[in-house]
Amino acid sequence: MKKTATAKGRAKTAMDSVKIARDAKRPHVRDFIAGVCSDFEELHGDRLVNDDRAMVAGFGTIGRFKALILGHNKGSSVEENVESNFGMVNPDGYRKAMRLAKLAERFGNPVVTFVDTPGAYPGREAEERGQAEAIAKSLEFFSDLETPVVVVITGEGGSGGALAIAVGDEILMMENAVYSVISPEGCAGILWRDGAKAPEAAEALKITAKDLLALKVVDKVVKEPAGGAHKNPSAAIAAVKKAILDSLERLAKVPAAELVEKRYAKLRAYGNFY
Amino acid sequence: MGWYEKKDKPAIPSEKELWAVCPKCNSHFPKAEWKAAGAICPKCNYHGRLGARARIAATADKDTFEELFAGISYSDHLSFSDATGPYVKKVEATIAKLGEKEAVVTGFCEIMSHPVALGVMDFAFMGGSLGTGTGEKIARLCEEAVRARRPLVLFSASGGARMHEGILSLMQMAKTSAAIARLKEAGLPYISVLTDPTTGGVSASYAMLGDINISEPRALIGFAGRRVIENTIRQKLPADFQSAEYLEKHGFIDRIVERSDMRRFIAKMLEYWGF
Ligand SMILES: [Zn+2]
Repeated sequence: MKKTATAKGRAKTAMDSVKIARDAKRPHVRDFIAGVCSDFEELHGDRLVNDDRAMVAGFGTIGRFKALILGHNKGSSVEENVESNFGMVNPDGYRKAMRLAKLAERFGNPVVTFVDTPGAYPGREAEERGQAEAIAKSLEFFSDLETPVVVVITGEGGSGGALAIAVGDEILMMENAVYSVISPEGCAGILWRDGAKAPEAAEALKITAKDLLALKVVDKVVKEPAGGAHKNPSAAIAAVKKAILDSLERLAKVPAAELVEKRYAKLRAYGNFY
Repeated sequence: MGWYEKKDKPAIPSEKELWAVCPKCNSHFPKAEWKAAGAICPKCNYHGRLGARARIAATADKDTFEELFAGISYSDHLSFSDATGPYVKKVEATIAKLGEKEAVVTGFCEIMSHPVALGVMDFAFMGGSLGTGTGEKIARLCEEAVRARRPLVLFSASGGARMHEGILSLMQMAKTSAAIARLKEAGLPYISVLTDPTTGGVSASYAMLGDINISEPRALIGFAGRRVIENTIRQKLPADFQSAEYLEKHGFIDRIVERSDMRRFIAKMLEYWGF
């Protein structure tokens, strides 16, 4: 196996970023919450059937802001990996996120989301409880939520399962995070008919932070320590905190109605080349 | 590509030329019989795929369809190329063959004298995949419906997002969902018709957002693919998993409507709501 190729500790290929983004030692949502928030109270359940541990939700304090925090949870131990389904959310998780975001809107709390998932869970019960409907509803819901929404892509932005909590006013992305319509392996399997061609697919799909900044899908890239966030987690998390606070300060000045108009204009501009 | 629409005619007709096979129950029918039945299986009532133009003809009142945004097409902003060559080549070949520029046809029409904004996806156009042009047409249709105060009726048929257009195809899920939110806020109804098949990013965006979601008999509807799920959970799934009937049973489809009853049903709902 080839070692992750880096120049001055920076990822060189798209697949290098994929490997760093998936690294088990990379900070996960609970690390970000611990480092970004001065306090945090977790809340559970969708009030329908379940509490999905793949979606962490709760209120916390970031600087002068009292915010709702949402995030995919891959887990940092074997037990947590299993309990949180490796960050693959069921419909219940998206419904929990919407329930609490509605509460944030009512009381004027901004929303901060941490995105890190291989994708929504492909399971029998997930389908039976409406995985497609839950994601669709979430996209519709966040598109006109009348409170600021700051999104941070911290690791893997896996397709619709990521997007469901990634519709917002400012989209931040960590330097080695990736964000894609399909996993490189999945794409290679379909279009190359060979999963081993994932590195080619990763390049072709343009999934790195640099690519997405150029495509105007993300607004800001947050630099990581050389070699990736796991080499110096506290520095990486501090940089994310600063970027979130900058965004929250900017968005706090915008009236809610204007915020929603701007968010629509932002969504509307994706692929508007005609 | 619609398997019942193949047009190449070799000198000696092959088995495939003479026979249509129902993908749901595997029954064989002479092509002429299948066509006469309107792509509906005489044996199991599976409602087969219709091209966008055939669907419009079957749905809109005669001569009322006025197409909108016909000029909008794909965009190759990634200069995407895979093992079989550039995306541009593939999509241009599809355009030349089908005579459509995108996977959705949009416009205004009347359904039993009810004015509506109509969108119809075509699975034959790159698997009905949601690209930037597809999303743009649907978003514009929503906005035009708001301006003209018309209800929205959207027939979906799609394998999901168009990966050749990368992340911006994913963003079309958010864009179209936001446009639909605005349509609903403007007090207009949206009837979503999920036809065979409606899966992936299309089911996980506008197709599942109807004020009512309806479908046709035996249509495939779901988020993840059956094989992906079976590999994940290491279990066999029931035969009717992800069928319209299965979704109706689980509460995600309001009603399964026969194709012959579709116009009446849509018109009736619009009438109930005062449109
Ligand atoms: Zn049949």
